Amino acid sequence: MQRRRATGVVGIALALMLALAACGGDDGGDGGQANEGASFAEGTTMARLKDAGKVTVGTKFDQPLFGLKNLEGKPEGFDVEIAKLIAGEMGISADNISWVETVSANREPFIQQDKVDFVVATYTINDERKQVVDFAGPYYEAGQDIMVAKGNPEAIAGPDDLAGKKVCSVTGSTPAENIRENYPEADLTEFDVYSKCAEALKNGQVQAVTTDNVILLGLISQDEEAFELVGKPFTKEPYGIGLKKGDTEFRNFINDTLQKIEQDGRWLAAWDATAGKVAPAKPTPPAIDRY
Amino acid sequence: MDAVIDNLATFRQGFVTTLALTVVSAALALLLGTLLAAMRVSPVPTLRAAGATYVEIVRNTPLTLVFFFAVFVLPQLDIRLSYFAFAVLAVTVYHAAFFCEAVRSGINAVGVGQAEAARSIGLTFTQSLRLVVLPQAFRTVIPPLINVVIALTKNTSIAAAFGVVELTAVATRLANANSQAVIAIFLGSAVCYLALTLPSGWLAGQLERRVAVAR
Repeated sequence: MQRRRATGVVGIALALMLALAACGGDDGGDGGQANEGASFAEGTTMARLKDAGKVTVGTKFDQPLFGLKNLEGKPEGFDVEIAKLIAGEMGISADNISWVETVSANREPFIQQDKVDFVVATYTINDERKQVVDFAGPYYEAGQDIMVAKGNPEAIAGPDDLAGKKVCSVTGSTPAENIRENYPEADLTEFDVYSKCAEALKNGQVQAVTTDNVILLGLISQDEEAFELVGKPFTKEPYGIGLKKGDTEFRNFINDTLQKIEQDGRWLAAWDATAGKVAPAKPTPPAIDRY
Repeated sequence: MDAVIDNLATFRQGFVTTLALTVVSAALALLLGTLLAAMRVSPVPTLRAAGATYVEIVRNTPLTLVFFFAVFVLPQLDIRLSYFAFAVLAVTVYHAAFFCEAVRSGINAVGVGQAEAARSIGLTFTQSLRLVVLPQAFRTVIPPLINVVIALTKNTSIAAAFGVVELTAVATRLANANSQAVIAIFLGSAVCYLALTLPSGWLAGQLERRVAVAR
């Protein structure tokens, strides 16, 4: 699902890079704290990484608010904060994480070939992917949402209100097909990138833009005066942490860590420091799926 | 191959949109282009300068940018049209410059004596252009005119990135939905474009043979 809108994401990212980098001085969160006292059983991935003192993490470099590389060359966003927290629990400080860009098309191969130790990259858990990699989490649940002009002049509260309205998405993307199939009353306009949809919404040629809320939040962060999110996702995209298939100890460790940071407030702090700056509502962490 | 056959209706819809976009834009662009060519050979310096400026600005701007101005700048000025109409506007404005130059080269190919004779029997500039020069000019430039038409046909694919569901947009959409048949789908769309451009070429050949002037 992510691959299909890769072009859209790249487009937005290019447009956003300067804007975001300008205000990207603080790196938010408290992911830099390393848990020095952690100890792990011999032979586990955690013990190996802790002994090595460094970890390689795959994330996106072009996804505003989740994983976006700033002008100093460091990625920042919610995914990045989550990865720092996990590394911290293994006694590895944020400075000792080497970041590798993983795009939608190369996440599975990078995990299989040991190019990364784990992947936090708006990575939707699905059965097809579970055949080649394992997933910890989910740590966040994204979903298709609607972006409207500030103040919501058309009073759009959900996809059913799109009937007879002009709604914009990217040609051939999963959200566009979802509208075409399930909400045929909506008047779908398609561009090649989401930044054009945002422009069309701004000048009133369309009344709504729809895709995953994560991408919409990125667009909103670019121009908070012009847009707002409806905030009622109508599909489910659980984001998980990808790791090598069969490494159950590592998966359990990450799941435990997620549970811990969700309970002690670090998860929410990471959210508030990144995507929470533009998201309308505080999310609740989804239930961890220990399959 | 199944992906193409199963989606023939969708393909047809895209084909019809591309055809409409091509025919309407080509007709308007030829009209505007001829007008510009007349301006560029007219005895009025202001008109000549205006025509030359138009051609130089428009033909040296990428079509994508022309689209961008039409689709995103005009609405800022409260000019609101459908995306199809914006696409017609962009394609027309852009290719008028090329039609203009083709027609102008035809006008220049007509012997000066023709225009002088027309003026000397009392025809006005417009009359001599319309009745004497242009009919001869068009005959000599049929191949370059058809060249522009073929380029225009293919250039309509840029409208796919600007809200028009034409052939290329349909192919992109189907390719995303049928990742196992991407090549078949794009080949299918290529065949559709050929179905538009090959007959234009053939038509040009026929027309040329019929109306060619022997010099």
